[in-house]
Amino acid sequence: MLKRTPLFEAHQRLGARLVEFGGWEMPVHYTSIMDEHHAVRTAAGIFDISHMGEVMVSGAEASNFLNAQLTNNIGKLDLGQGQYTLMCNERGGVIDDLYAYRISSFDFLLVVNASRIEEDVAWLQKRHDAFPERGRVDVRNLSDIFGAVAVQGPRVREFIDLAIPRPAGSEAIAARASSLRKNEFDLFGFADETIYVACTGYTGEDGFEVIAPAAVIEAIWNQIMEAGQPYGLKPCGLGARDTLRTEACYPLYGHELDENTTPIEAGVGFFVALDKGDFVGRSVLAEQKAKGVAKRAVAFKMTDKSAPPRPHYPIWSAAPDERHIGEVVSGTSSPTLNLGIGLGYVPPEFAKPGTPIQIEIRGRRSPAVVVQKPFYKKPV
Amino acid sequence: MSSQVPADLRYAKSHEWVRVSAPTATVGITDHAQQELTDIVFVELPAEGRKVKAGEACAVVESVKTASDIYSPVSGEITLVNDAVVENPALVNSDPYGAGWFFQVKLSNETEAAALLSSVDYGKQIGG
Repeated sequence: MLKRTPLFEAHQRLGARLVEFGGWEMPVHYTSIMDEHHAVRTAAGIFDISHMGEVMVSGAEASNFLNAQLTNNIGKLDLGQGQYTLMCNERGGVIDDLYAYRISSFDFLLVVNASRIEEDVAWLQKRHDAFPERGRVDVRNLSDIFGAVAVQGPRVREFIDLAIPRPAGSEAIAARASSLRKNEFDLFGFADETIYVACTGYTGEDGFEVIAPAAVIEAIWNQIMEAGQPYGLKPCGLGARDTLRTEACYPLYGHELDENTTPIEAGVGFFVALDKGDFVGRSVLAEQKAKGVAKRAVAFKMTDKSAPPRPHYPIWSAAPDERHIGEVVSGTSSPTLNLGIGLGYVPPEFAKPGTPIQIEIRGRRSPAVVVQKPFYKKPV
Repeated sequence: MSSQVPADLRYAKSHEWVRVSAPTATVGITDHAQQELTDIVFVELPAEGRKVKAGEACAVVESVKTASDIYSPVSGEITLVNDAVVENPALVNSDPYGAGWFFQVKLSNETEAAALLSSVDYGKQIGG
């Protein structure tokens, strides 16, 4: 039996086409991927991300505990800030990539991938059991308690305050959601519940992610839908979420990231703070940063008219020395660029932008070229 | 979502349609299929002159999300392919039974098409 989010009935009423994703029954699209993709690039889109996991790490030693597990420096987070970070195994392989938010001096909210909740919680529990100060930190899986929506697009700031009007508590740093800047979040009141609104996302556009108790998530969804309608807001499925993140070159667990791939290889070494003290995987990551890696994630685009690249297609070097050098991990037809784009792993000597490569599509090789990441960057 | 199932065509369970005009037949994918796929971005057609058997994968249609094989519902020789859908794959979405056709087959067995689904049976299959 697939799991359903608190918004499942809302999706059905909107005529969503539902598919299986990481054990969840989720909308892949409502109208079409292309349509929803363009809505997010030009106006606004709302996504159900309730399948994602929430893990609260609390206590006087929470910060030290998390800094020993995660790659980024959590000590740099002020109250009301979040950061992208990764959790690695001893080999430097990625257990998950996540967002960590500093809720209070002693509480951190981790937002993790739906498909990795069990692995993450089991890993954190194991590490907690081995942590000397374990009596002063605890790890709680709140994934079933919270739902979440993402509202993304250049017009979102024009209407978000109509849907989320009320700041909560005395610690509020922003009077309005629309005054949050990138990676900031704040607490808001909604129907007697406290909700989190973060200026984060996974589309390459400006926007917000709203994390709230499951009981109010449908009311929040409805309120945002109503407030955003005059601005061109559309409900968007996982199909557009994937094309949007691929254009923005954000990694997706299970594609760019897995337990046998390190953040350095994946090209997210910026989020690995080697200078903060020891953490799981540090020695491997330090050595890779110093000595280099055997494979690197690159972005590429097809140069001739061809079928779009897809995950697992083989990557070949260009003539005259044609050989199998790697594999595509993400690929699609880019709705913004109207051509085939992808991400894949190749040896570092092929990772320089401008390097010609070939993608094997159904037994035939089509020319492609390595390009600078990302494919799409929002206009400043 | 309701979809068109013209009465004068025959259908394969795998969502191709056939318009028989003996000795040739024209093949495409159904309105239901294009609605399921949404935004078609690429079409790959067989070479003219290729001999195909009924049920053989001989074309590929790609939406933003996935690549799907297209099976010839009838046996014979590919005599003509629709270059217009290769140039403009969106024709499959906008006019699946007209300008969005895929290829023509010179039938090697004219009785084969009669064994395909009627519009009524295909309509039942897709729950329309």
